[in-house]
Amino acid sequence: MSTLPTAKAEPERSGFIGWGRVGLACVVVFALVLPFMSSGYHLFQYAQVLNYAIALVGLNLLTGYNGQISLGHGAFFAIGGYASAILVAKFGMPYWVTPPIAGMVCLVAGFLFGLPALRLEGLYLALATFALAVAMPQLLNYKHFDALTGGSGGLQLAKPGAPFGLPITSDQWLYFYCLGFAALLFLAARNLVRGRIGRAMVAIRDQPVAAETMGVPISYVKAMCFGISALYAGVGGALSVTIVGYVSPDSFGLFLSLSFLVGIVVGGLTSIPGMLFGAWFIEFVPNYADQLTSSLGENAKALPWAVYGVLLIALMFVMPRGIAGAVTAMAARLQRFTNATKRA
Amino acid sequence: MFTRRNLLLSGAAGAALAGLPAVALAEDMPGVTATEIKIGQTMPYSGPASAYGVIGRVEVAFVKMINEQGGINGRKINLISLDDGYSPPKAVEQIRRLAEQDKVAFIFQSLGTPSNVAIRSYLNEHKIPQLFVATGASLFGEPKQFPWTMGINPSYRTEAIIYGKYILANMPDAKIGVLYQNDSFGKDYIDGLKAALGDKAAKMIVKEASYEVSEPTVDSQVVTLQGSGANVFVIAATPKFAAQAVRKSADLGWKAERFLTNVSVAYPILKGAGLEKSKGLITAAYVKDPADPIWKDDPGYKAWAAFATKYMTASVITDGNAAYGYSVAQVLMQVLKQCGNDLSRANILKQAANLKDVKTAMFLPGVLVNTSPDNYFPIRTMQLQRFDGTRWVSFGKLLSD
Repeated sequence: MSTLPTAKAEPERSGFIGWGRVGLACVVVFALVLPFMSSGYHLFQYAQVLNYAIALVGLNLLTGYNGQISLGHGAFFAIGGYASAILVAKFGMPYWVTPPIAGMVCLVAGFLFGLPALRLEGLYLALATFALAVAMPQLLNYKHFDALTGGSGGLQLAKPGAPFGLPITSDQWLYFYCLGFAALLFLAARNLVRGRIGRAMVAIRDQPVAAETMGVPISYVKAMCFGISALYAGVGGALSVTIVGYVSPDSFGLFLSLSFLVGIVVGGLTSIPGMLFGAWFIEFVPNYADQLTSSLGENAKALPWAVYGVLLIALMFVMPRGIAGAVTAMAARLQRFTNATKRA
Repeated sequence: MFTRRNLLLSGAAGAALAGLPAVALAEDMPGVTATEIKIGQTMPYSGPASAYGVIGRVEVAFVKMINEQGGINGRKINLISLDDGYSPPKAVEQIRRLAEQDKVAFIFQSLGTPSNVAIRSYLNEHKIPQLFVATGASLFGEPKQFPWTMGINPSYRTEAIIYGKYILANMPDAKIGVLYQNDSFGKDYIDGLKAALGDKAAKMIVKEASYEVSEPTVDSQVVTLQGSGANVFVIAATPKFAAQAVRKSADLGWKAERFLTNVSVAYPILKGAGLEKSKGLITAAYVKDPADPIWKDDPGYKAWAAFATKYMTASVITDGNAAYGYSVAQVLMQVLKQCGNDLSRANILKQAANLKDVKTAMFLPGVLVNTSPDNYFPIRTMQLQRFDGTRWVSFGKLLSD
């Protein structure tokens, strides 16, 4: 884990306006204007990006900041999704109260899973979480849960429209709905990693012995980190099920878990905003690859994942610290450039 | 289940079809121009069910051939076939892309039960035909509840009804033991058998044993079923478990008439069970087995083989899934021909629900495609076949549910 970037250097600030803030302002304006410039289908995709991004932030807290590798976060995404679907379909709850409940369910599940996992380090933990991801679709299909989960047929949910008679479409509303949760959870994650607990998480990752000497309760922080990480995945899953309107065991295959890992590495380990890029990657790049190969003719139909693989390798080669790392490097260069022109 | 739901949903939604306009206005034809019609589908080109991706590839190639021949009614067909990786959320996304961005006229042959359930509400809400859904689940033929969604495969239920009818006619004193997979696939068989046997079901079905896909073997279930004294053994199991059941029942020396779901009849599966041990199995089929030399002089097979050689690769000729895709593509062409110049969604649905005795190259002789506004199960006829140790041999008349 020592290859990971340790502390994040704050970009050098000059004047009252830094490039970081300009960037943030642009992102906020962009996110708010987007739904009025996009079709319903694209909004569905953007909302899905936000949901994946929430799950990725969770995984990044665990893997990037705390150094615990999980190959099983698709399972927590599934638990959150099913919790939400069951509450709506079987208990008649309104959909908008379910994400926090789904998050709490996953917090408990993640914390409990994190306790025994404390004994497992690195690759062994990766295998244990991998087992969770493999088992989840079958557990969801288990016959004694059929009454709740709908078995292999899954559960169907009605697609919610905009509340309070707002003059926006259902897709626009669902985008804002996901955006709200994403903003809240991104902010919470940022505060978490900048505070005492965040420093403890990083310390445990880099220097566990030193951290313990300093009085950091290692088991508690690690288990709690697992729980919070699962909470994020669960909320993402719950939101995702609401916008898709359907859930079944096939919705949460093993590949989803692997995609999450791809997402955090592509986005940038130890970057919170980078998870938006990571989520964008796992949502859109398979589509681009599919289109690219389709244009190559019929016999290339089997190739989209080969193209995906090549893109992934190329990206890791060009941006070894993920997209967020590349953006930070570029921003730092820009800052130096403006400072230099000011001095001149 | 199907009938009960129909009863519950009395007249309310029934008017949906009757209310369609006979002739739609030209501007009311999304996905259609003077020279082209756009059709969409999602297929599992990647993921756990990618073996079925060949169906989509055959259909795209078939459309290419039709376009080279000048299209249908002067229009070229643009079949946009996208990968959904057998994931329902991805299927929803791709279908929305097809509907909203590509603006296709309708959806054709999207594959897989979960994906089709996931997109069904959306398509019905937007009145986009979801034609010839590629799955045998009996969920996709409910014109009252989902007027825009139509299946094509004989449902598992239909198949089970055919077994039930055969048993009733030929072995009225049979004692039936059923092995089934504990999901909607397996339960469709139980459902169909009971429907066919009617009030005799309780007496004739002496034992039902289920298994989970996660179980390593079904040997103990087979022993239990034999112990129940059954002399008819119905195997509603996916390939791996079907092979185990076939082998175990032969090893036990159980002299029962064995029925095997047509999901698991491929030659390699029987080879796994042991060809000698598979002798005497009965199944119901509707697609010609392209690997069977009996068809080598059949005009339908010859057309299929010539097409596959020219537009794909010769290696797909013997693939039963590919042959199936070829036949379903022919049914699609019939629908488009019937539509003439009115390619509104309403008329496409109307014509799809008005197919009369459509013949295709690779469905078995006598297996015809028939639909009506009340019948969204286009294929309800199957041919019983018995395995003679090397191949499946047809016997008896065609049976219907």
